[in-house]
Amino acid sequence: MKKAVYSLFAGVLIAGAPAFAQQIAPEILFDSVPNALQLPAGTYLGEVGGVATNSHGEIFVYTRTGHPTVSLGSSRPFQHGGSKLFEFDPAGKFVREIGKDTYAFNYAAQVRVDSKDNIWVVDEMSNMVMKFDPQFHVVMLLGRKAENIAIPARGGGGRGDASGQPTDLFNRPTDVAWDAAGNIFVADGLGNARVAKFDKDGKFVKSWGKKGTGNGEFANVRSIAVDADGDVYAADGGNKRIQVFDNNGVFKTAFTNVGNAQALCLTTNNVLYVSDSNPTNDIDSGGEIYRMSLDGAVTGKLGRAGKLLKEFGTVNAIDCRGENTLYVGEVGNLRVQKLILH
Amino acid sequence: MQRFLALTLALAALAAAPVIAQRKATVENVPEIPFTSPPNFLKLPPGEYLGEAVAVATNSKGHLFVYHRSSATRLFEFDAQGNFVKEIGRGYWGFEFAHSVRVDKNDNIWTVDEGTNMITKFSPGGKVLMVLGYRPPAVLGAVQYPAGPNPPAEKYTFCRPTDVAWDPQGNIFISDGYCNNRVVKYDKDGRFLAQAGSEKAGKELGEFSLPHALQVDAQGNVWVADRSNNRYQVLDNNLKPIREITNLGTAWTLCISAGPHQYAFFSNSNPNGNMPGTWDVTGEIYKAELDGAVLGKFGHPGKLAPGFQVVHMMDCRNPNEIIAGEIESWRVQKLILRPPAAGGGTPGKDADGPGERQ
Repeated sequence: MKKAVYSLFAGVLIAGAPAFAQQIAPEILFDSVPNALQLPAGTYLGEVGGVATNSHGEIFVYTRTGHPTVSLGSSRPFQHGGSKLFEFDPAGKFVREIGKDTYAFNYAAQVRVDSKDNIWVVDEMSNMVMKFDPQFHVVMLLGRKAENIAIPARGGGGRGDASGQPTDLFNRPTDVAWDAAGNIFVADGLGNARVAKFDKDGKFVKSWGKKGTGNGEFANVRSIAVDADGDVYAADGGNKRIQVFDNNGVFKTAFTNVGNAQALCLTTNNVLYVSDSNPTNDIDSGGEIYRMSLDGAVTGKLGRAGKLLKEFGTVNAIDCRGENTLYVGEVGNLRVQKLILH
Repeated sequence: MQRFLALTLALAALAAAPVIAQRKATVENVPEIPFTSPPNFLKLPPGEYLGEAVAVATNSKGHLFVYHRSSATRLFEFDAQGNFVKEIGRGYWGFEFAHSVRVDKNDNIWTVDEGTNMITKFSPGGKVLMVLGYRPPAVLGAVQYPAGPNPPAEKYTFCRPTDVAWDPQGNIFISDGYCNNRVVKYDKDGRFLAQAGSEKAGKELGEFSLPHALQVDAQGNVWVADRSNNRYQVLDNNLKPIREITNLGTAWTLCISAGPHQYAFFSNSNPNGNMPGTWDVTGEIYKAELDGAVLGKFGHPGKLAPGFQVVHMMDCRNPNEIIAGEIESWRVQKLILRPPAAGGGTPGKDADGPGERQ
């Protein structure tokens, strides 16, 4: 009887869901490790922009720890602080804060670790992408934090048609990824609607995309991943799709069966995880994470929106270095979950 | 007809210009000066970071002061080997948004802050000795930005000041700045003496459009980086204009070395934003005699050292060791210059006639 009710409930869910969810994906059995991260007394996570592991299994979390503060300057108001970068050991024990009081830590968007264990931090308010080496020195910067903020606020911003400029001036960037040659791809983002490509030394190469719904256009670019062949996967959550491009931005295909694609993670084994993140004001729709192959087929799904362990509150980051051990960063629940997939 | 055509061309050029106007230097046949940039020159304590490293200056002992835009604006002192010594003025009232730091002949440290409109004179040990300018009271609330037209410049207050210098007698010169467009002279006790320019930007000699840095040579002449006019101006000690230098690109900053034979260094810094093409025509630093003869140039833009990412200030106490502070890479580089390579044409020859106008 219980099973029948569940089926009925599932049926209602499917009937009420848009077309993209029609595909029946097998449920992946999984557990969420309780207290996966252990913080010192008095230290809290805020909204989690990003979570990523390095080759030693150490965990980095870039989190919004409070609003940036504004100070009243002589001719302009200035913004300070608002986000922190934490390191945890592989068992989840807090190790340290990295980059305390860094100029551009304002509103956490993402953290990623590259193949050489460099830590890349993306900040949505300072509009910067910061590369830290494994000893936590700043070794490269893209973008520049605005010197001041506007009072009164100018609103959502966006430059012109939101196609972005042919340079490293970002507008609410969300994510960063690299190809095998070290070229850098920045998802830019929520203000601009483009992918920007730089060479390994940070020299601008090209960018593509503008606001729109056509192929190669974006509602926004919320996350990005690059596969071993150099193809670029851009999560166009607002258009409920993932767009796939070749290494130079030529549109190849789009995956339209995964909902509000907000966080991507691609394993070295070509398994793609994507979160159909629920809106921040609703836990009654979406929220699940899909597992895909690179031809766009969904091979499984897990979880749903909610407050409990194994439920998700607007996932903004997935780490999938261990293909069956995911770290998931949530905006809504101010936490990181460690998921063991069976 | 000719005039009409010229106007059309001028308008077309305006339309095509990048957001931030940046001029390619017209000086030609300038030899390249080879240089090295030792990696990781500054050694910060674990967990400490520089922000935008907009201001650098050394004292007579070779200690280096870096005034930078971190989460809060901060002033760090390093020894000559680049080891961190101490922080000065943490949380100080006059620190909000760093723009310049300079060290006078008595090793006092002067900070110029464009977020508080204050210039502060610190003793060599870091005690506040004198302040110029006044920080607007926060009780009046947040300032709207951009604001309207600039109010008339006043004797003792500034509007986003940019730099400070002294003549051999100890008179104080201040470039002021992003909203005022003037140079102000005070006596050594901080009493107003004279000004050139006003709150309004202008193109004539003795007028300025974003005076962004200044230095005073051993004769007491005042050298001003007149950034948005793409020129340097030389003023006499009473701020009467003597000449301008127009062939070195956009005048971001300059430095005049110490010692009996002074050299001038001028930076045609690459503009913020890294717009396409800007790396090809900007970013170099020129070395010149004070009579204007250009001796050589060095440096190119780039994200990684020894590339430059918007050089904002130079220290040239030793003319063969330039300390450069950069905006966009949050970095300070020590540039060790070597003699120019042999060959090349006539140094300092202009592409379009004399670069200096009397």
